[in-house]
Amino acid sequence: MMEAYLDNSATTRPYSEVTDAVAKVMYETYGNPSSMHMMGVKAEKYLTEATDILVGTLKCRPSEILYTSGGTESDNTALFGVAHARRRSGRHIITTRIEHPAILEPCACLEKEGYEISYLGTDEYGRIDPDELETLIRPDTILVSIMHTNNEIGALEPLEAAGAVIKKKNPECIFHVDAVQGYAKDTIIPKKLNIDLMSVSAHKFHGPRGVGFLYIKDKTRIDPLIYGGGQQKGMRSGTENVPGIYGMAVAAKKSYEDLEADLRRMYGLKKQFMEELVSIDEVSINGIPGMDPGCVIPAIDAGTEDMADIRKRMGAPHIISASFEGVRSEVLLHALEDKGIYVSAGSACASNRPHVSATLTSIGLRKDLLDSTIRFSMSTFTTREELDYTLEALNDLLPTLRRFTRH
Amino acid sequence: MTHTFLIKYAEIALKGKNRHLFEEALVQQIKYAVKKTGCEYAVRRAQGRIYVDVEDGDAYDDDEVIDALKHVFGIVGICPIINLEDDDFEGICRAAVEHMGAEYPEREGLTFKVNARRARKDYFKDSMEINADVGEAILDAYPEFKVDVHHPDINLYIEVRETVSIYSRVIPGPGGMPVGTSGKGMLLLSGGIDSPVAGYMVAKRGVKIDAVYFHAPPYTSERAKQKVVDLARIVSAYTGPIYLHVINFTAIQMYIYEKCPHDELTIIMRRYMMKIAQTIAEDTGSMGLITGESIGQVASQTMQSLACTDEVCHIPVYRPLIGFDKNEIVEISQKIGTFETSILPYEDCCTIFVAKHPVTKPRLDVIVRHEQNLTEDIDRLVREALDTDEVIIVR
Repeated sequence: MMEAYLDNSATTRPYSEVTDAVAKVMYETYGNPSSMHMMGVKAEKYLTEATDILVGTLKCRPSEILYTSGGTESDNTALFGVAHARRRSGRHIITTRIEHPAILEPCACLEKEGYEISYLGTDEYGRIDPDELETLIRPDTILVSIMHTNNEIGALEPLEAAGAVIKKKNPECIFHVDAVQGYAKDTIIPKKLNIDLMSVSAHKFHGPRGVGFLYIKDKTRIDPLIYGGGQQKGMRSGTENVPGIYGMAVAAKKSYEDLEADLRRMYGLKKQFMEELVSIDEVSINGIPGMDPGCVIPAIDAGTEDMADIRKRMGAPHIISASFEGVRSEVLLHALEDKGIYVSAGSACASNRPHVSATLTSIGLRKDLLDSTIRFSMSTFTTREELDYTLEALNDLLPTLRRFTRH
Repeated sequence: MTHTFLIKYAEIALKGKNRHLFEEALVQQIKYAVKKTGCEYAVRRAQGRIYVDVEDGDAYDDDEVIDALKHVFGIVGICPIINLEDDDFEGICRAAVEHMGAEYPEREGLTFKVNARRARKDYFKDSMEINADVGEAILDAYPEFKVDVHHPDINLYIEVRETVSIYSRVIPGPGGMPVGTSGKGMLLLSGGIDSPVAGYMVAKRGVKIDAVYFHAPPYTSERAKQKVVDLARIVSAYTGPIYLHVINFTAIQMYIYEKCPHDELTIIMRRYMMKIAQTIAEDTGSMGLITGESIGQVASQTMQSLACTDEVCHIPVYRPLIGFDKNEIVEISQKIGTFETSILPYEDCCTIFVAKHPVTKPRLDVIVRHEQNLTEDIDRLVREALDTDEVIIVR
């Protein structure tokens, strides 16, 4: 049976170069980079090489990379680290309603500790308004945290405008960006965007699981989250995950090697997939200007047009959120699964435990569609054939599934 | 070292000539339960008593063994005992004193009573003498204890049989009758709270349990099925291995949905589930169906609805929860450990297509008339559903 793995925003298949590199380092260079003997030195060399590669992708300094166990730890370190280090400067934090739980849950914790959190809403495409941000920033605002790419609908946030506004209104305020869905899908130069902290997770771009990093601009005041043996200059104790970190660097290198061509290819696939989706009855695409029912699809040539323009009009290259009227997302998910197609439900609802997606609510999605939304997420491995197969399956399944609905 | 447990059982001792069979079944169930702990063990029967000897190896854990025994129906009490091979009276006194000292380190003000039983009438002291002399030995060693023969805090039992047992702790067992002494039943198992409890209740009366689960992919997920397997596994700690039959019900459900009034969907669906369960029951030697229904809990469980579902069955349908309130059922499910799994949020096929206002007082003649809309294909679909039977042996 043909398979189509379209759940790359959940996790990706590692590059074979990554699994090879991880296995090799794990097996051969098992020394502790803190050890003083040769074995330790060899391991440290891999760390240095990894750092050099990552630094190259961000145009930053080696001292600005803090290795973590992944996106969640990076986000937690950013939020608690800044909140605690700067508690005397202020206790106000700004974030958005559509962040990942790795941001929202620490925020809820900080609220209990006495911090005040302001939440930015979004427009119908999932984008925050920099003007609204400007009105919220106060002298006691210590941190603003905004995601690069929304994980549910692929909205790209106006980070450049946000960064400018923050530094204009309160230069002391720290700007954190959760780039878990954005890194390796975009060239992000933190300095250009006034970003002080940025979270990255390796397994979202074909690296190993359980490893990631937090970019920390030099001289940013931040407390550690984990204490112990004092590794990474005391910012994150614990023996470095050398094979994982090296694997992450290999994945980053490979992702950025031919990024633009790869992005153009993915945007081409995304555009065609979206067009074919909306040609099915009562299917709508979320978060893309011009993809509302009845609207004309943006005439974009993914091959030649300016990349900034493509981004502006089509959102993230890899995420497509679609609502299927009259079909419960969980049922559609399992029906697709039956055909070897793997996707995510936008907002999984069960009869005894409703869960409503904050992102889908924030973009004002119709109530009856909240439970009818599916996320397709692609990667560099995604092929035209997989998408064609998926469309074929959808055309095949939807009429049957729509006949049997709850009344 | 060996840890010995004296197993008390009451009800099965009353069963006259069948007693032998019941004890045999109880021993089997005890073996099944203790084996799971991974310890070396032996079960022996002597003079109307069952003893479990468990070797004190690396795998041994007191709580784990007691917990395993608490899952065996037929056991009324579990007594960790000191087992003396030798009936030398000084040895008995010494062991009794040691036991009281070790078990009750804070004895100030505690009262006790010695309860001796002498099965061997040729023993040189009678029960009264044993009581008095052992009591005296304890008081000599620990003057903080007091004797109270009417309402003692501690009952110290001394049983003189082929060996001597000394114990003061009786841990309550689940009661009931050993599984395997009352035939076999087919449990309709959903992912909900009620049906695992129903299985537990009937198994408690000695009934061996098989189960059937109706799976409706893609409307119910693989995880919903796994949840049912997990529930069966929890129940199987009480019942022994369960043969879980998984039947793909989607086609029948859809067909009913298309051909019959939606407010009668659940009732007609349940009639077909009962029919299928009955067929499997008959093929596999079950003498009745078991469901978790309780009167009036939902639309399909009114007296009228139950009459309609019953009408398709010619073997008995046992509904052990029939008079229970939801909170009473929840209480049992928490006690037997199924509750946390039951409330996991996965759809079962009964809730997927449920109508907003299902009939609560269905009339059998109306239901039967509407079922005639199904004549064309339903027999074939039922046969095909039976062909999908996937048997999972849960233990």
